[in-house]
Amino acid sequence: MPEDLDAGRAGPALSVRALTKHFGERTAFEDISFEIGYGEVFGFLGPNGAGKTTTVRTLGTLVTPTSGSATVAGIPLVPENGVEIRRRIAIMPESPGLYLHLSVTENLECFADLYETPDARSRIERSLHAVNLAERAHDVCGALSKGLRQRVALARALLSDPEVLFLDEPTTGLDPAAARDVHELIDGLRRRGVTIFLTTHRLEEAERLCDRVAILNTRLRTMGRPDELRDRLFTKSLKVRTLEPLAKAGRVFAGLPAVEGWHEEGPGSYVLVVSDPLVATPAVTRALVAAGADVVSISESRHSLEDIYLELVDHDGETETR
Amino acid sequence: MRLSRRRVRAIFRKELREYRRTGSIVVAMLVIPLVFVINPLVAVFGLSASDASSLSHSHALLYLLGIPALVPTIVAAYAVVGERRQGTLEPVLTTPIRSEEFLLGKGLAAFVPSLVVSYVVYAFVLVLIELFANSGVASALVKPPELVAQLLFTPLLAGWSIWIAMAISTRTSDPRTTQQLALLAGLPTVVVTTLIAYGVIPATLGVALASGAVLLVLNRLGWRMVSALFDRERLVSSTK
Repeated sequence: MPEDLDAGRAGPALSVRALTKHFGERTAFEDISFEIGYGEVFGFLGPNGAGKTTTVRTLGTLVTPTSGSATVAGIPLVPENGVEIRRRIAIMPESPGLYLHLSVTENLECFADLYETPDARSRIERSLHAVNLAERAHDVCGALSKGLRQRVALARALLSDPEVLFLDEPTTGLDPAAARDVHELIDGLRRRGVTIFLTTHRLEEAERLCDRVAILNTRLRTMGRPDELRDRLFTKSLKVRTLEPLAKAGRVFAGLPAVEGWHEEGPGSYVLVVSDPLVATPAVTRALVAAGADVVSISESRHSLEDIYLELVDHDGETETR
Repeated sequence: MRLSRRRVRAIFRKELREYRRTGSIVVAMLVIPLVFVINPLVAVFGLSASDASSLSHSHALLYLLGIPALVPTIVAAYAVVGERRQGTLEPVLTTPIRSEEFLLGKGLAAFVPSLVVSYVVYAFVLVLIELFANSGVASALVKPPELVAQLLFTPLLAGWSIWIAMAISTRTSDPRTTQQLALLAGLPTVVVTTLIAYGVIPATLGVALASGAVLLVLNRLGWRMVSALFDRERLVSSTK
């Protein structure tokens, strides 16, 4: 398995410039640009039909882009470089695609030969150990559960020590326990410095695993660290709860540093729009105490990646229906 | 372009492992030859010495060349559409394998067992004729030039059938339809071998050489056609 993957590498692991793919009249994705560094886990989010899988297939040289350019593992994405690019990457498609009549080891042997991996036997053993499947090496794949098949597919993707690993919806159709196992495996790969391009529509998965995320809905809607996106898209706010409703809330909150506005959500529940929670929170606390209020809680309102995603995707939907 | 033997061998070996574990494929590969040989053998065993003179002018056993024309279609028709159907094509195509390596591995995996089945069945028929047919009938039926023709034409016919079946397999989405179309595509070859066997087309050296040359050209064209039809993008993106 790769230990010092990013040593000696210059430039990004993936660089995409204005990449577009049309299938006839239909647009799979349009004008997408991004860069991913070595060792980064990059989440590619979007609703069904957003173009996530086609993007992976395009970067994996299975599909030819209509326009734009890209480099994958440092190699320009052009048809004549297909073999060389595929040598350096691995793709785990949404469906594991195992030969169900063959054993786990036989499946991996076939792919070790397709990658022409040296010392195939020990690579297979290491891959199986990496996904905790060494005990099931001789089981026929058709007899494995969905979660175990997904692990075999991940072991298969690790056989060639890829520079970039594409995981296309790796937990789709898995029960929560199996999905957690896959998350732990991805987390393990991240700790070892493997560059991962993860497509998913499970937002908690992206939030937990990814250094940066991009949200695609045919076009790239936004990109950044989950906390950056939160800051960029939403105003910061404090949620204040008191035991009894404040008699003169306007007087309590008016003129406090970093408080830009407020509204009452319910009896004894207030939302304060703030420019800096670290400045506003102590000032609000002091003002409430001075006003003799019984404070139950003061908390910063945090938006999840799901809020960001829904905000963008819903906005797209509204724009389309106009 | 340099083809990797290791990758071709990987596909070939994987295919053979799958055949071994899929009983229906083995049964199907044996049923067609049985259908071919049972009736003619029963008829031959019933012939008397007086029939030998009429047989000496025919080339009845060339009829068995229908076996290499049909048997490989059973597996070759499944080669691409089958992988697509079970979702295994995309993972394979994401590896550094070239289309030609994939197709060669698949082709060889259909070719080798078909060749073995065709030769074994032919040998089996010869042995049965020698053992159980009237000796005059046996010597009229078994002719050295036909033996040579059988040895040489079996691989050529098998190859051609494989390319046709694989070409169909790259363009269809249903394995059953593919197999039916591939069998249908193999029928003209069976008709020609039958016409030669029953003397409608004369079995002369000239016809043999011309047929051999045509089959060599067809095999080459078949290989090119399958390579051209194997479109990765359509195969992974389209549901048709």
